[in-house]
Amino acid sequence: MINFEYMRASSVADAVRQIAVAPGAKFIAGGTNLVDLMKEDVERPTRLIDITRLPLKAVEEMSDGSLRIGALVPNTDLAYHPLIEQRYPMLSSAILAGASQQLRNMASTGGNLLQRTRCHYFYDVVTPCNKREPGTGCSALNGINRMHAILGSSEACIATHPSDMCVALAALEAKVHVLGPAGERAIPFADFHRLPGDTPQIDTNLRPDEIVTAVELPAPGFAEHYTYLKIRDRLSYAFALVSVAVGLDLSGGVVRQARFALGGVAHKPWREPAAEAALRGQAPNAANFKVAADILLRDAKGYPYNTFKIDLAHRALVRALTQAAQGTPQSQSNKKIL
Amino acid sequence: MARTSKAASPIGGSTQPPGKIEVTLTVNGVEARLQVAPWTTLLDALRDHLDLTGTKKGCDHGQCGACTVLVDDRRINSCLTLAVMKDGAQVTTIEGLAANGALHPLQQAFIEHDAFQCGYCTPGQICSAAGLIAEGKAKTSDEIRELMSGNICRCGAYPNIVAAIEQAMGVMRDKS
Repeated sequence: MINFEYMRASSVADAVRQIAVAPGAKFIAGGTNLVDLMKEDVERPTRLIDITRLPLKAVEEMSDGSLRIGALVPNTDLAYHPLIEQRYPMLSSAILAGASQQLRNMASTGGNLLQRTRCHYFYDVVTPCNKREPGTGCSALNGINRMHAILGSSEACIATHPSDMCVALAALEAKVHVLGPAGERAIPFADFHRLPGDTPQIDTNLRPDEIVTAVELPAPGFAEHYTYLKIRDRLSYAFALVSVAVGLDLSGGVVRQARFALGGVAHKPWREPAAEAALRGQAPNAANFKVAADILLRDAKGYPYNTFKIDLAHRALVRALTQAAQGTPQSQSNKKIL
Repeated sequence: MARTSKAASPIGGSTQPPGKIEVTLTVNGVEARLQVAPWTTLLDALRDHLDLTGTKKGCDHGQCGACTVLVDDRRINSCLTLAVMKDGAQVTTIEGLAANGALHPLQQAFIEHDAFQCGYCTPGQICSAAGLIAEGKAKTSDEIRELMSGNICRCGAYPNIVAAIEQAMGVMRDKS
């Protein structure tokens, strides 16, 4: 690993002050992705600012029914938190679908949002990669692109965002609270991650001098009709080929509101308001779910090794919507189809 | 805490290359003071500074689980943990599980069920299983398999590992 300086932040304000004066510095919390990338020489910070002792570890109920999750709440604690299990089981299920229990014990809420793609060309420093070294080209475009994006990609980058948790946060319309030199702001989840365009080196709209302080969940948690379905190459501890987070509000035999997001298919969790709107007022059946899936995937584009993902995503979405409607969410321990 | 007052300048000083930093860890109940570089992982601190070589370096990237130890009673990958960030923590390694000359119920169960072949993943498997039992989330064999998925066994001893963990869970439940 490269040599670097080590600092601790004594308060959130101190963390913001420290990052502002050291452009080569990075915050470190769980370290599960950053330390790995430093071992691979992909990330080369000159200084790490340890934020793990900051008071950002609470899950608080707000007076308007929303929930505020501190950026340093470990993934495990969040997944098993009684309020998350009861009110946002989709989020709990998504977190438990990702990584291993050891990594979830280490990884923080804020860090999960900021983890980088697992594109193997991004990791392999001897190959061109626009995300790692802007202007060098994209090796995945004409390489082994089985794990790569089918939606929202560009000629510069076809990497996917690897998080499971973020797919659920997109469907739940979370907000990301951040603090910078100019003060606090809240970023709607749909605007937090960005598409690659011609600047794939920038994953999010978080500014380099800002810190994530909390994630806010609005009151509706879709606890009755939800699922998180993850399709991958082995049954556990693998990144998604395709994943789906679904929340449905059903009454009177029709869909009042539908929320769904796809993971493993784009540079960010993928939502399409028109696809969700197509289900409003409709019966929750396979024919209508297929219409929604057609809309969601209408602009999907495959590459030589990942065209299968288009059909896979279509079927996974129909199955996930069916499971959510039936109240038979996917178990992350017993992967059988219910 | 005194450490926060040091935050204005790099901890360990600003010399190039950055200096070593004093870290206090309580490892298997024994307090240890170490001088480590900022980039020293907890795994390397345990193996190379404290000669506790029971914890294994497998992939060194958090993918295999051979380096699993308990930090403040939670299982983590020590290969992705910087030692300097765990100043003041309690660490339990495979060397610290046996008590009063008796094997830990997991160690005994792994022997009885022949839950290993080469043995390289075993310290990580056992520390991970100790964490799993403390978490109390796994009730069925499906749940054990899912929550042990961060520990890879290339010899493929998985059925026996699950059986050993189930036995130890029963023994520990009866004792408590």
